[in-house]
Amino acid sequence: MGILINKDTRVIVQGITGKEGALQAKWMIDFGTKIVGGVTPGKGGIEVQKVPVFDSVREAVDVTKPDACVIFVPPPFAADAIFEAADSGIDLIVCITEGIPVHDMMQVCAYLKTTTSRLLGPNCPGITVPGASKIGIMPNPIHMAGNIGVVSRSGTLTYEIVDLLSRNGIGQSASVGIGGDPVNGTSFVDVLQLFENDPQTHAIVMVGEIGGTAEEESIDFIKGMSKPVITYIVGVSAPPGKTMGHAGAIISMGVGTAAGKIMAFEKAGIIVAGSPSDIVGRIKKMRIS
Amino acid sequence: MKLYEYAAKEIFLKYDIPIPKSSLVSDVNGAVDAAERMGDVVLKAQVLTGGRGKAGGIARAKDINEAKLNAQRILGMEIKGFPVKKLLVEEYRQPLKEMYLGITIDRRAKCPVIMASPSGGIDIEEVARNSPEKIIKIQVHPLTGLHDYQARAIANSLDRNKSPEIIAIIKKLYSIFIDNDCQLAEINPLAETESGVIALDGKMIIDDNALFRHDFIEEEEDSLEEVAKKNGMSYVGLDGDIGCIVNGAGLAMATLDMIAQYGGRPANFMDVRAGANAEQVKTALGIVSSNRNVKAIIINIFGGLTKCDEAARGIIEIFPRIKKPLIVRLSGTNEKEGRAMLGKYGIRMAASTEEAAKGVVELGNPD
Repeated sequence: MGILINKDTRVIVQGITGKEGALQAKWMIDFGTKIVGGVTPGKGGIEVQKVPVFDSVREAVDVTKPDACVIFVPPPFAADAIFEAADSGIDLIVCITEGIPVHDMMQVCAYLKTTTSRLLGPNCPGITVPGASKIGIMPNPIHMAGNIGVVSRSGTLTYEIVDLLSRNGIGQSASVGIGGDPVNGTSFVDVLQLFENDPQTHAIVMVGEIGGTAEEESIDFIKGMSKPVITYIVGVSAPPGKTMGHAGAIISMGVGTAAGKIMAFEKAGIIVAGSPSDIVGRIKKMRIS
Repeated sequence: MKLYEYAAKEIFLKYDIPIPKSSLVSDVNGAVDAAERMGDVVLKAQVLTGGRGKAGGIARAKDINEAKLNAQRILGMEIKGFPVKKLLVEEYRQPLKEMYLGITIDRRAKCPVIMASPSGGIDIEEVARNSPEKIIKIQVHPLTGLHDYQARAIANSLDRNKSPEIIAIIKKLYSIFIDNDCQLAEINPLAETESGVIALDGKMIIDDNALFRHDFIEEEEDSLEEVAKKNGMSYVGLDGDIGCIVNGAGLAMATLDMIAQYGGRPANFMDVRAGANAEQVKTALGIVSSNRNVKAIIINIFGGLTKCDEAARGIIEIFPRIKKPLIVRLSGTNEKEGRAMLGKYGIRMAASTEEAAKGVVELGNPD
C-alpha cells in the first residue's frame, strides 16, 4: 500500500546523464524503484545505469510506458521539463530541482490544472514508500515500513525525523516532501487527503515551516480527518523579512511566522510537537504504530 | 534582490510611468548642484529598507542652503543598520492625493495579485492591518495576463476621474512585474498632482532565482550574507553567540529553534545546501567563526547528497585555526567514515540534532 507510488510504479529520470541524476538513479534502483529509462536532449541512444536514454520525454513514454518521472534538470530548464512531462501524459511528476524562478512556477501550476498530471515539488526530496519504491533523493537506509505518514516542506529535516522514527521502531507508510518553494504543486492538504484514504496510514506527522499560509490552509481539513495529525513547525527563531534558505521560508508583512502557525494549530486543537523527539514520544503514547 | 528606489524609477522611466525629475548623488556638492538646477527639491536616502521617512531619511529643501544642511545630515546616517551612501534629489511635487498600487505573488492562489488603495503613503501597512477593506485585490491568471476590465476596476476604485491615466500606469507596472521577474513591484505613493498622476516612490524586489536571465548588477558588499551567497550558501545574521552550520534549510531552522529551547541564542542561520563538499564546509566554518560574537559553533549535517566524510574533511582542514569550541553531528551518507576522521582530532560529536544543540549551548556557557 502506501500513497502515490508502489513497487510496480515505472519511473523515468529527466536529466539522467547529469552527475546528480545518474547517482540518484542508481540509489533509487538500489532501493527497489523500477527505473525504466532516462531523458536528456541530445544524449538519446546511450545507456545510464543500464537503462536507455532518450532525446525527449515523448520517445521515452512510447518505449518505456512510465507512470512517473523525476526531474534533475538545472533551474533555467526545469519548468520546460515539467511542461514536457505533462504534455507527454505522465501522471506523477516529481521535481527535485531547487532554484526555479517563481514566475515559471506560476505558469506551470496554472497549466497543470488543464492536464491530468500531478506535480510534487519543486525543491523537494520526493516520496518514499518503504519496502516498495522511492522517487527522489531521500537517503535509502533511514526508512522502515509501518503506519505513519510523513509530510514535510523540508528535505534534511524530514530525514532527521524519519530516521528518528525508524530508530524508535516506528515505521512509515510513506514519507513525502512537498518542497520549500513559495509556489509548488502538491499541497499539504493534497497529501493529507491521500493519507486519510490510505488504510495503511494510521497517523500523520506534518512538518511545516515559516512563510506563507500553507500550514494554516490545512487546519479545516485536519479537523475533519479521522486520523490523528501531529504537527511540528520550525523557524521560531527566524527574523522577519529574511529568506531562511528555502525560497518560500520568509516572513513578510507579519504573515508566516512560526508563532502564528503554532497558535492557529493549537487554537484548532491540533497537536503541535516541540521537537523531533517529542513527535516520537507523542506517537508512542498513542500506541498506533 | 531588492532594488534601490532610484533603480526602480529608472525602470519606471523606461516603461513611461511618470516620475519626478531627479538626480542621484553621493556627496553634498552633488546635492547642492542638483538643488541649484531644480529649485524646490526633496532629498531621499537610498537604502534597502522601509521606514526611512520616519527615520528622518527624507527631507524637503526649498533652497540650496537647506539642501546642503540636509544632505550633510542624511549622508552618512544609518537607517536600521544601513549606512546612507547615496541620495536621490528629486524635484518637489505637491501630492493632492496619495494612493497605493502594488503587485506581488499570491502564494495560495499561485498567481500575481494586484493590490490598490485610495489611501496610500507611509501608513499603508497600518491601513492593511486596521481597515483591510480599503485595499482591493485582483488576481491575475498567469497564462492570460492582465485583462482590461481588471485594470479598469482597479483604476475606478482609486479615482474615477483619473481612470485613463491610472489604467495606463497599472498596465505598465504589470509589464514591469512580468518582464523583470518581480516578487514585488510597488508604487507608494501613487500621487495625484496638479500636472497629473505620478509615481513618487518605487520599490521592486527581483526573484533571486531568476537573476540568471537579467542583467541587474548587485552592489558590491562584503557582508557575511554576500560572501555566503557567492559560495552557494545561505547565511542570515542574528544577534546571539552560537554559530550554526547546517545542511538544509528546514533542519537549519529546527537546529536554531532547539538551541533557543535549551536557553542559547543563535548568532546566525546558515544552510550550506544539499551536496556541500569539503571546500564549502570549510568556507562556511570560516564565515561563521569570523563573527566575533560567536562563542561556540555547532555543525549539523544529515547526509543525503552531502557526504559526511566530505564534510569531515572540510572541518579538519580549518579546525586548527578555529579558536572556538565546536560540536559536530554527522548522520547519513558515509557517517562512519566521517565520524572516524573527526575522532582522530578529538572533535566533540553528537548523535542527534537535539544532543548537538544541547551540547553547543553548554559549550557557549562554560560556567
